[in-house]
Amino acid sequence: MRHSRRLAIGAGAVAAALLLAACTVDDGGDNGTGSGETGGDGELTQVRLQLQWLTQGQFAGYFAAQDQGFFADEGLEVEIVESGGDIVPQDALVNGDVDYAIAWVPKVLGSIEQGANITNIAQIFERSGTLQLSMADSGIETIADFEGRRVGSWGFGNEWEIFAAMTQEGLTVDDIELVTQGFDMLGFLSGDIEAAQAMTYNEYAQVLETLNPDTGELYQPEDLNIIDYNEVGSAMLQDAIWADTERLANEEGFAETTTAFLRAVIRGWVYARDNPEESATIVTNAGSTLGESHQLWMTNETNRLIWPSTNGIGLVDQGTWDNTVDMALQTQNETGSTLITAPPPETALDMQYIEQALEDVEAEGLDVMGADFQPIEVELVEGGN
Amino acid sequence: MSEHTTATAVAERTADPAAALTTPPHERTGRTRRVLMGVLGVFAVGVAWEAYKFIGPDDGVVVAGVRILPRTTDIAMPHLWDMAVRLTEPVTRAEGADLLWVATAKAAAFSLGVAALSWVIGVSVGLALALLMQRLRTAESAVLPWVVLSQTVPLIALAPLVRNWGSRLSVGPISWENWMSVAVIASYLAFFPVAVGALRGLKSPDAIHADLLRSYAASWWQTLIRLRLPASVPYLLPALRLAAANAVIGTVVAEVSIGLRGGIGRMILEFAQSAAGDPPKSWAPIFGAIVLGLLAAGAVALLGLALRRYRRGEEPA
Repeated sequence: MRHSRRLAIGAGAVAAALLLAACTVDDGGDNGTGSGETGGDGELTQVRLQLQWLTQGQFAGYFAAQDQGFFADEGLEVEIVESGGDIVPQDALVNGDVDYAIAWVPKVLGSIEQGANITNIAQIFERSGTLQLSMADSGIETIADFEGRRVGSWGFGNEWEIFAAMTQEGLTVDDIELVTQGFDMLGFLSGDIEAAQAMTYNEYAQVLETLNPDTGELYQPEDLNIIDYNEVGSAMLQDAIWADTERLANEEGFAETTTAFLRAVIRGWVYARDNPEESATIVTNAGSTLGESHQLWMTNETNRLIWPSTNGIGLVDQGTWDNTVDMALQTQNETGSTLITAPPPETALDMQYIEQALEDVEAEGLDVMGADFQPIEVELVEGGN
Repeated sequence: MSEHTTATAVAERTADPAAALTTPPHERTGRTRRVLMGVLGVFAVGVAWEAYKFIGPDDGVVVAGVRILPRTTDIAMPHLWDMAVRLTEPVTRAEGADLLWVATAKAAAFSLGVAALSWVIGVSVGLALALLMQRLRTAESAVLPWVVLSQTVPLIALAPLVRNWGSRLSVGPISWENWMSVAVIASYLAFFPVAVGALRGLKSPDAIHADLLRSYAASWWQTLIRLRLPASVPYLLPALRLAAANAVIGTVVAEVSIGLRGGIGRMILEFAQSAAGDPPKSWAPIFGAIVLGLLAAGAVALLGLALRRYRRGEEPA
């Protein structure tokens, strides 16, 4: 009697745990699909797209294309796969987990040199979103002022623009104190980091969403010195869409799928450009927990990295590409090694798919240049909420 | 129960161990005191937090360039009441956003589910390995080094691998989901203490007891059921507790690592971006993680209650 009662307690505990696990099984996770399976006639082609971070406004165009049915119109069923702390998009692509991946060019150049056989099929961001922020009274106004100061970087391949800018100025890593930055701006706001790396669309806004203890109001752009790597001249190419080189060349139908995918992506980003508020809401509805004003800010700033577009969205000219490659060849990091030691193979950049896609959608009358693009005014509220 | 006098309770206890369920008064006051001390402990942590925030310098305490005590600004250490108030407010201004504590509770329930599953997997694998190693001396020499070695693989290397292997698996209509990767990673951390602890427990009976059973011509199974398993309980329970802690930590860390949506780990990752602008918000998932740990520890304590008869010689932990 006594034993059975104790056993019952124990069994109850185990059962409760299992039940919880079972509940999780039911409502957890999204519906995974096999990668790259081409359906039969009339069926949608399954495509998996790997983002380089969580669902957020930085990827508004893809979520807009999903929400507005642009992918479905092209006969594609796209699963947008989020990334996490340790997921490297280009590795997921090389491993065959996904069909396309979003990643920064310098990071992928490193992977390509180590044997990754992948191709940049669309250079979505034309401009770099990287800034170096310092307080207005810090006396840091140019790269040359970094000398002897505490300079922050996230590392993991995000540091190359900083090093390239310093190389231009004749500074080496020994001239600064390099501080590894976290995911937040606490290090910068507390003064541990004097010049902090920040993306226009995210960390810069995080600072502007914080109360300035000196004024009792939110930090204002005037409170900060902003170094923009586009102006410094060491900007490198960022968000691009990558695909497996081998599959592009040899897999039947994959080239057509790629062009169709890019047509939908172009329409998605055009939608995000013309409807920033709706796009921000779409991203939030897709499962982002970013605050409303932060999300809109991010979507708007991301638009500014794309629009107006010089050659049409996604199309990068050889000169700009070579520029990033040259910097990757010449810039030394804190260990004295360069990002790559030899130029990447020709296959690392292949613009034929985006050219075809641009031609197709332009024929429909879509504006793929956004020459008269004007960003909207976004008012950030405390905490970005 | 309450009408029992001390005398009858004690008498019954002496006469019949079954009366152990009837808690004698001295034990009852002991329990009340423990609960009271527990509550007091939590309260003391809160007081210490606010006291240090009040008296500590804004910039913390720095000795020889190393900060040994944290900053006390509202960003670094928000007031407890600010955190409490924030919990009752919506996560964001977005329409239909959950209250922060509701969102945190949901995330904790999600993570607890994954952690519970990984605990079950980890414990099963750990027990199976321990049995194998106890049964075959060769297996012990062959497997034990690998078991130890397995824990030196860093999670950062493991997470993408598991996700990659998983993405290639599908059984019929069931395809591999990211939460399964998280469960596998967490169970990978959870099986280790069970394998080691259970092995020690299974080997713990004195040779004289094993010899006695052998003299009865008892089979390996009989020896296992009647001698080794009961004897292993005092070693097993702490191992199960460690496994529960590992399962919870493993789940949260693997969620961060893979970016699995729905749990506490992902919430920590997401809320980090409001660490400066909305400091109390980023503490919510930390409270969630604490509740998670307490629930996991409580579940193992219940298990310990069921196995109370076999817990001779175990130091309460």
